Amino acid sequence: MKKQITVTINGTPHTVEVEPRMLLVHLIREKLSMTGTHIGCDTSSCGACTILINGKSAKSCTILAVQADGKEVTTVEGLATAEGLHPIQEGFKENHGLHCGFCTPGMMLRAVELLEKNPTPSEEEIRWGIAGNLCRCTGYNNIVKAIQYASAKMQGNELPSTEPEFV
Amino acid sequence: MIPEQFGYSAPSSLGEALSLLQEHGEDAKVLAGGHSLIPMMKLRFAAPTHLVDINNVPGMSYINEEDGKLKIGALAREVDLEDSELIRSKFPIFIDASKLIADPQVRNFGTVGGNIAHGDAANDHPAVMLALNAEVEITGPEGKRTVPIDEFFYGFYMTAVQQGEILTEISIPLPEGKFGCAYHKLERKVGDYATAGVAVALTVDESGTCTSAGIGLTNVNPVPLRASRSEEALVGSKLTDEDIARAAQFAAEDCSPSDDLRGDEDYKRHVVKVLTKRMIKKAIDRI
Ligand SMILES: Cc1cc2nc3c(=O)[nH]c(=O)nc-3n(C[C@H](O)[C@H](O)[C@H](O)COP(=O)(O)OP(=O)(O)OC[C@H]3O[C@@H](n4cnc5c(N)ncnc54)[C@H](O)[C@@H]3O)c2cc1C
Ligand code: FES
Ligand code: FES
Repeated sequence: MKKQITVTINGTPHTVEVEPRMLLVHLIREKLSMTGTHIGCDTSSCGACTILINGKSAKSCTILAVQADGKEVTTVEGLATAEGLHPIQEGFKENHGLHCGFCTPGMMLRAVELLEKNPTPSEEEIRWGIAGNLCRCTGYNNIVKAIQYASAKMQGNELPSTEPEFV
Repeated sequence: MIPEQFGYSAPSSLGEALSLLQEHGEDAKVLAGGHSLIPMMKLRFAAPTHLVDINNVPGMSYINEEDGKLKIGALAREVDLEDSELIRSKFPIFIDASKLIADPQVRNFGTVGGNIAHGDAANDHPAVMLALNAEVEITGPEGKRTVPIDEFFYGFYMTAVQQGEILTEISIPLPEGKFGCAYHKLERKVGDYATAGVAVALTVDESGTCTSAGIGLTNVNPVPLRASRSEEALVGSKLTDEDIARAAQFAAEDCSPSDDLRGDEDYKRHVVKVLTKRMIKKAIDRI
């Protein structure tokens, strides 16, 4: 029953044998021990398991590992480079875009695709863009600011204020 | 949650996919976007013994205009609709619907073909397809056949797609003359299925008389429902407030919603009435 597949994760190809029923999130977390990708709801609703497959944001709890055969996957572990944090990581750090951090990897990967397709999104576009990611802590305002910060940074524009907002 | 065991193949041609379905028989299923099927398998509401993943079959994701029709390949994703200039300019009803389907991650995967092949009256594309008088192309071991959308939905999770067949294309006649269309659903929160949804497509002649009307309803009937009396109330009319109100009233009377967490029957009928009125007006505004 097992299938041999090759999935490239953050640039490294992994050839593994999996049962067809293994979910991609389980391959990443349990077989390959990259635990940055989280499981929140396990019912396709919360977005904590969001990764990129060939650049597209996807809920890895709703995709089979065999479906990722031959594909390029990016997880949160793949965001930072030798030069330092990815602009989206910096945005979350500078703007208090996280409290417990459970939703954060999924939020950031979703934001990466959002900014790839729409480099200068409006606040409304950001809020619609992260509609599939739930956060139980922050109230979202600082997440929106984090994404605006990353957008400015990636465009080389003046960075928005990171003063905390009390509402 | 982990699905029951199953076998898996990812063929690279339609012919191969059809033979695999044939070979694995009754409990084999097509896997498209997987965003209805995999959740059901995880909950073990579905337990196919073999999945035929059609995502590697090339040339099934197109959205184009051909022979006076809008043609949508079965593997076109929600996100492809949103990104299509053709859809944006001529069929904004698909943008209305797609924007309200789940969230961006789900829309990156869910296919238009899967959305209707799933045969769930809670999904949003069935009502849109009814309003637009779509035709569905189904390919089986014996070749292709075309089924009008009114003969497509049989019952709960049952459609005209038979065991061993693959839905390959949806085609929609390009409207003649002045045309407007709109869809909206009431949802409790982003990503929820519809409490009720209404799709409207209208054409009018030079004098402003309605020459054709298509109205489809989401999640207020065991199968996706065409609001026929409402359509009849509009055709030949000047689309006066009175005629629109009458059409909306008929839609509310002719559906059969069930009581559930999203609301009771009376409430849902009321939602249908309000949305039908609004969507007719929105379609008129877009003409
Ligand atoms: C969190 C969440 C929220 C959602 N909210 C909504 C919503 O608000 N509105 C909505 O409309 N949908 C919603 N969906 C469903 C989503 O749009 C699905 O993607 C869609 O219903 C099915 O498309 P799919 O390509 O994923 O099909 P799959 O899950 O791959 O398949 C569904 C069924 O159709 C069959 N099938 C698929 N394609 C074919 C084909 N070409 N030929 C023959 N059989 C085929 C499969 O065998 C299976 O039985 C939601 C899904 C999730 C996970
Ligand atoms: S764990 Fe995948 S969406 Fe919640
Ligand atoms: S920071 Fe805790 S869930 Fe978002």
